[in-house]
Amino acid sequence: MKIKNFLLTLLFSGITFMCLSANLNAEVMLDPMASGDEDYIALLEAQGEYAYAFDFFTTSMLWTVIAAALVFLMHLGFATLEAGLTQSKNTVNILFKNVFIICIGLFTYALIGFNTHYPGDGWIIDGWLAFGGEFGYALTAAGNADDTFGYGGVGLAMTGYGDFIFQAMFAATAATIVSGAVAERVKLGSFMIFATLLVAIAYPMVGAWHWGGGWLGSLEGGFYDFAGSSVVHAFGGFAALACVMILGPRSGKYVDGKIKPILGHSMPLATIGVFLLFLGWFGFNGGSVLSANPAGVGLVFVTTALAAAAGGLASIIVSMLFLKKPDLSMALNGILAGLVGITAGADAMGAWAAVTVGAIAGVIVVFSILFFDKIQIDDPVGAISVHGVCGIWGTLAVGIWGGANFVTQLIGTLSVSIAAFAFAFIVFGIIKAIMGVRVSPEEEAEGLDLSEHGQAAYPDFAQS
Amino acid sequence: MKLVKAIIKPFKLEEVKEALADVGIEGMTVTEVKGFGRQKGHTEIYRGSEYTVDFLPKVMLEVVVDDSEAEKTSTAIVNAAKTGKIGDGKVFILPVESAVRIRTDETGPDAL
Repeated sequence: MKIKNFLLTLLFSGITFMCLSANLNAEVMLDPMASGDEDYIALLEAQGEYAYAFDFFTTSMLWTVIAAALVFLMHLGFATLEAGLTQSKNTVNILFKNVFIICIGLFTYALIGFNTHYPGDGWIIDGWLAFGGEFGYALTAAGNADDTFGYGGVGLAMTGYGDFIFQAMFAATAATIVSGAVAERVKLGSFMIFATLLVAIAYPMVGAWHWGGGWLGSLEGGFYDFAGSSVVHAFGGFAALACVMILGPRSGKYVDGKIKPILGHSMPLATIGVFLLFLGWFGFNGGSVLSANPAGVGLVFVTTALAAAAGGLASIIVSMLFLKKPDLSMALNGILAGLVGITAGADAMGAWAAVTVGAIAGVIVVFSILFFDKIQIDDPVGAISVHGVCGIWGTLAVGIWGGANFVTQLIGTLSVSIAAFAFAFIVFGIIKAIMGVRVSPEEEAEGLDLSEHGQAAYPDFAQS
Repeated sequence: MKLVKAIIKPFKLEEVKEALADVGIEGMTVTEVKGFGRQKGHTEIYRGSEYTVDFLPKVMLEVVVDDSEAEKTSTAIVNAAKTGKIGDGKVFILPVESAVRIRTDETGPDAL
C-alpha cells in the first residue's frame, strides 16, 4: 500500500508541476514580442544579399546534419551486415574493425582528409594531386560570414562545419567496404594500417578529382557522380578486390577446385544491417543535394527508395530462377546493389529510370557474386560485387538515362576504380612484405576473436 | 534400472514428453544433438553454391526407469515420436548399475 500511495503522490505532484509550468509558459508567451522581432530582423540583415533566404539556409543546414547522422548510422549497418555474413568465431574482430574505421575515418578526415578532398586553390598538380592540411574552419572567428551563406551560397546551403561533418561520415565508408571483403583471415594490425592510409590519403586524393574540382570535371560534358557510385563505392570495391587478391581466400573455401560455402552465422544481423544501410542511404543520397531544396530532396528520396526496391526484387527473381532457391543473402545484396547503382544519378533521372537502374544492378550483383566465387576471389559479404561492380554500373547509367556523356562516365569510373585498385595493390602488397597480412592457419581455424582479441562474441555458445 | 535413450525429431519433443507423463515418468534429461543414420543429409544452397548438410539436428532424451517400466517407456516414446517418414530416430535401452539422489543420498530405484 505504501508504494501505491507513493505513486499516487508522484502522479499528483507531477500533474501539479505540469499545470504550473504550463502557466509559466503562457506568461512568457504573453510577453511583448518586439525584442524578438528586432533580434530576428538584425539576424536577417546580417545575412546581407542572402537575407531573403535565411530560413531556407537554416532548414538546409539542419537537413545536412541530420543526413550526416543518417550516414553515421550506415556504419552500424555495415558492422551488423558483415558480422551476420561471417562466422560467429570472427564476430568480435569484424565489430572491432568497424569501430576502428569510424574513429580513424573521422579523425584523419579532420587532420588531412577534408582539405585534400576539397583543396580549393591548393592543388600541388592542378586537378590531379592535392594534399591538404588540417581542417581549419574551427580557427575562424565566430560570427564570420562563413557561418551562413558566406560558405557556399544557396547551392551549398550549410556552414563549414556542416560540410565537414557530412563529408567526414562518407570518408570512412571506403575502408568499411574493404573490411567485409577481407574478413575472417586478415591480420588486424595490417588491416588497421591499410585502412588508415586508404581513408586518410587515397580516398580524399581520388575524390578530389571529381568533388574537389579536379580533372574529371574538365572531361567532355563533365563527369557526373552525384553521391559517389564511383568515388565512394567503386573506389572501396576495387580497393577490396586488390586486397582480396593479395590476401587469398579463406582456408576451406575452395577445395580441389570446388566451392565450399562458409555460412554466415546470423541472417537476422545481416538483415538488420541492410535495413539500417537502406535508412542511412536516405542521408547519403538525400544529404548530397547539399541543401533542403524541396525538388531535389523529394526526387532523390524517391529514386533511392525505388532503385533499392527494384534491386531487391530483381535479385530475388534471379536467385529463384538460377539458384533454385530464394536466397535471403542475395536479396539483401540486391537491395544494396540497387542503392549503390542509383547513387551516381539519384538527382538526375526520374522514377522509372531509377527502377531500371536498380533492377539491372540487382541482376548484375547476383551474377557478379557467382563470377567472383568461380574465379576464387573470396569475398564473404559480396562487397566487391555490390560496391565495385554496381558502382561502375551506376556511374555508366547516368550516361544512359541521366543526360551525362557516356564516354566521360566510362573514363571517370574506370580511372577511379583503377586508382583505388592500384593504391590498394601497392600499399597492401608493401604491408604484406613488411609484416604479413594474413593470420596463421591455426589462428584462422581457431577464429580471430580468440587469436587476435582473446575475447569471444558469444561466450555462452559453442564456437561454430 | 534401465536407461532409455531416445533420439527423436526436435519438433516431436513436446508430444513425447506428454506421452511419458501419461505413463507416469516423472523426469527426463534432453540434449540438442546432431547426427545421421540411413537417411543421410541433404543439400542446401548458400550464395549460389551447394553444400551438404550431413549432421541433422535431433533431440536426445534420456530417462532412467525401473526395470519393469522400461518397455512401457520405450513404447510411449515410439508411439509419440513416429511420423512414419525417414529420420524418425531410434530408442536404446541400456542397463544402469546404480543411481544416487544427490539431495537425500537415496540410492537404487528409490533415487529415481
